[in-house]
Amino acid sequence: MAINKRETIAKNIARYFNDGDFINLGVGIPTQSANYIPDGIEVILHAESGFAGQDGAIDPPWYHIEEREDIDAEWNAPKWNDKEKGWLQGHKDICDATGKVAILSKGACCFDSVVSFMMARGGHLDATVLGGLQVDEEGNLSNWMVPGKNIPGMGGAMDLVAGAKKVIVAMEFASKDGAPKLLKKNTFPLTALNVVSVVVTERCVIEFIDGKMTVVAMAPGWTKETLQADAEATLHFADVIDVMPVVEA
Amino acid sequence: MNKVVDIKTAIDAVKPGDTVLVGGFTNIGAPMNLMYELGKRPEINHLTTVSEDFHYNAEDKPWQGFNPMLLQGQIDHIIVSFFGHKTAQKMMDEGKVKLTLVPQGTLAERLRAAGAGLGGFYTPTGVGTVAEEGKEVREINGRKYVLEMPLPGDVALVKCWKADRMGNAIFNYTAQNFNFAMATAGKTVILECEELVEPGEIRPDEVQLPGVFVDYVVHCKEAKF
Amino acid sequence: MNKVIDIKAAVDKIKAGDRLMVGGFGNIGAPMNLLYELGTRPEINHLTTISEDFHSSGKEWQSFNPMLLNGQVDEIIVSFFGHKWAQEKMDKGEVKLTLVPQGTLAERIRAAGAGLGGFYTPTGVGTIAAEGKEVREINGRKYVLEMPLSADVAIVKAWKADRMGNAIFNYTAQNFNTAMATAATTVILECEVLVEPGEIRPDEVQLPGVFVDYVVHCPMARF
Repeated sequence: MAINKRETIAKNIARYFNDGDFINLGVGIPTQSANYIPDGIEVILHAESGFAGQDGAIDPPWYHIEEREDIDAEWNAPKWNDKEKGWLQGHKDICDATGKVAILSKGACCFDSVVSFMMARGGHLDATVLGGLQVDEEGNLSNWMVPGKNIPGMGGAMDLVAGAKKVIVAMEFASKDGAPKLLKKNTFPLTALNVVSVVVTERCVIEFIDGKMTVVAMAPGWTKETLQADAEATLHFADVIDVMPVVEA
Repeated sequence: MNKVVDIKTAIDAVKPGDTVLVGGFTNIGAPMNLMYELGKRPEINHLTTVSEDFHYNAEDKPWQGFNPMLLQGQIDHIIVSFFGHKTAQKMMDEGKVKLTLVPQGTLAERLRAAGAGLGGFYTPTGVGTVAEEGKEVREINGRKYVLEMPLPGDVALVKCWKADRMGNAIFNYTAQNFNFAMATAGKTVILECEELVEPGEIRPDEVQLPGVFVDYVVHCKEAKF
Repeated sequence: MNKVIDIKAAVDKIKAGDRLMVGGFGNIGAPMNLLYELGTRPEINHLTTISEDFHSSGKEWQSFNPMLLNGQVDEIIVSFFGHKWAQEKMDKGEVKLTLVPQGTLAERIRAAGAGLGGFYTPTGVGTIAAEGKEVREINGRKYVLEMPLSADVAIVKAWKADRMGNAIFNYTAQNFNTAMATAATTVILECEVLVEPGEIRPDEVQLPGVFVDYVVHCPMARF
């Protein structure tokens, strides 16, 4: 059975969300995990751009307009400038971390960047979910820079992992060329030391238990041996290993 | 999501030996109903209280402010920037209560540092005074600074004007004072509000205290001085 | 008291060689009119810009681009980069880049505004963000000593302001604006709506006017 790797990872991330959790979801697969939040579980999403509580997002038209006058006309249109209702229908001054217009949920709130990162660093986030390039046996994370490529910057990643109660990394088990991403020691520049709690891949879910990289769930078709063969890190295995739900391609 | 509980349940979250952060600048913005309720529970003792001042202006009213807790011996240690409370002073002289004075701005900043996850900060406040005793002093770019540490609490009791059931809150005028910083620095945060509304009734960019910092909301229609 | 001046007079306050803070998260809450005006003044050069990101726009007239393409910018301090033209200039050695984790950037700016000498943060311990900095263990956890980050001028943007500079932001457009307004010697505020003192209720104010030196009214907001 062919599986959709990204959706499978997203689905398995959502299993870690508890009712009432305050969570930051990074760009890409982590954001997709919001589609799999089980019924009855209500989470509050944190965006480092300055809000808590999201109910959707709109792709802003001004990104797709070329002429300055046309952009300004759209941007200043009354529909994007309703101070009272803008949070329910879209407002030019509400962006999520990727620059989309966020629709806020009932009970949402806005704040500045200083408070936004007080939340992140100060231990107020129940979880932060972000993409990974490499994770090693010590729970070190590398996710912001590939040596030799243009540097995009770390953005908020270093702060988001510094204070969250749980750091969940979403990444494929191995890179496209087969190189392992679960390593003895990371080779890419670090995002943070000893912070990773959970790694969710399309083949297995790993938790750091007593400081050990421990497989707690596996997708159908994988064994301890075939997993270990594609990882450089030494994998440990829980006494009871769950079967990961997968999303078919 | 509903964080609203009754006042008795809320106070159950305070345990003997806790460090309790109490919002307000004198009585303004102080959680007077929560304090009154805590004063009815003498078994919750050995408390350390952290507040801007000790409501010295309420000294002659034994039912007000910190007085019930103080007079029943629930408080072991008072951390404030301004004291001037004669009864507490007397108990201090008798060795029943310990007092720690912190400059007001440093108090605010230490609470905020705890909420912000910082390990400490260098402030110019108090250099060369008793406030720097026993602390590291460091020269940075030709100026001296004192190293101050975060001040977290086990519980924070804070007060706002209007809140929704998720704890998103708005303050009146100067009643925000220490409430915001304390709500970020308490492990468990109990918010007293005068008006309670449903989520969505407060516009997101009107919120001054994000509900994500708050654990319990207590609706006390009658504000107390 | 009236801090309102026209946009040309406001940009005159920025001098060659200045360290310039620019509010905004992407273009949201960024002072786009002030940036545009500054881009028409190539003589104001050798600038160091401090901003959350560098507005990854491919439009030559937009945001930082005129200043960058005119060679007005010597150094860029940001948490997120991803700008093709700036990358090219960096590769040629015409522009210097400094990356700062976003929360540390916010906190360093706030520390400057708050008069602190520095602070210990857990962010970046063991990474290149901590290189050359003091690392200290406090209560069993490691922290990096980070220093305040101040500027000569901050250009910030609000939705509504009064003539004294008291300002209100829309939704997430506050982002770095308030912190930056506390951290610069001269603060220029761009607003969409200008009102008289007293028209904003005191406890609605998000940026106190005492931090602001000049107010520029730009009824047409720009993306």
